[in-house]
Amino acid sequence: MITLEHYLTVAALLFVIGIFGIFLNRKNVIVILMSIELMLLAVNINLVAFSVHLGDLVGQIFTLFVLTVAAAEAAIGLAILVCFFRNRGTIAVEDVNVMKG
Amino acid sequence: MTVTALAFYLFAFTGVGAGLLVVIARNPVHSVLWLILSFFSAAGLFVLMGAEFVAMLLAIVYVGAVAVLFLFVVMMLDVDFAELKSGMQRYLPLGLLVGLILLIELGLVYGHWNVSDAAAGLRQSPTPPIEETHNTLALGRLIYTDYIYLFQASGLILLVAMIGAIVLTLRHREDIKRQNVVQQMHRDPAEAIELRDVKPGQGL
Repeated sequence: MITLEHYLTVAALLFVIGIFGIFLNRKNVIVILMSIELMLLAVNINLVAFSVHLGDLVGQIFTLFVLTVAAAEAAIGLAILVCFFRNRGTIAVEDVNVMKG
Repeated sequence: MTVTALAFYLFAFTGVGAGLLVVIARNPVHSVLWLILSFFSAAGLFVLMGAEFVAMLLAIVYVGAVAVLFLFVVMMLDVDFAELKSGMQRYLPLGLLVGLILLIELGLVYGHWNVSDAAAGLRQSPTPPIEETHNTLALGRLIYTDYIYLFQASGLILLVAMIGAIVLTLRHREDIKRQNVVQQMHRDPAEAIELRDVKPGQGL
């Protein structure tokens, strides 16, 4: 029998993998952005699991908004990345502090 | 083991395994492809839970738009990824430590909580029975009534993100020739063409 805990375990594992990815790929912004996407996916799994478990649809609506924000964040993040690459010729995060005005 | 359990374990293991490969893959293009697999597995989990609208949204928005955007950027930027991977061994212990601590903290919750009896009464919008209204219809009824302002706001967020992405990446290059339509339209044959009478055997 698959219970709520099973889904929460999957979500927890995905979230931890996302954090692990941020630590592991400290220099590579693209993989960091992908790790953030993984973490948001884990949050979505949690929201939907609780929504289904409690029989409350609001969780799924909130998932929709999380999805929207994740898409916007990915678009802006990649745009900044492209801009940064044009100026610097690299995407190493260590030099990113040169962006501050 | 029932079919549901089998499907759950299939999607769960695929999702978590693909997620792990996203962060440890050497080639970022492979990372994006693993990310797509992970999203698809999560969509499968959502279908198992009965949230088919969110599952389809995940497949369309995440796989169709976000992951493809990642793929474009990874392939467009000419980055030396081998050099970026060089510090991986150095950060591995710290990452494992933080991940392990977080996993233990999350694991402490496991089995030590239960849903309050009052939870059913506190529901904002209870799910209608599946025989009457299916998931997508029920969600649509909620989004376009109670959550219409939030829905509009999320549209606004996407608009701002779109404008921001265009503003950030648009550039006018000075060193290339551009078409000037107004100038083209205002050319007339009298100025554009000059007739010369060339004598035989001579050039201009």
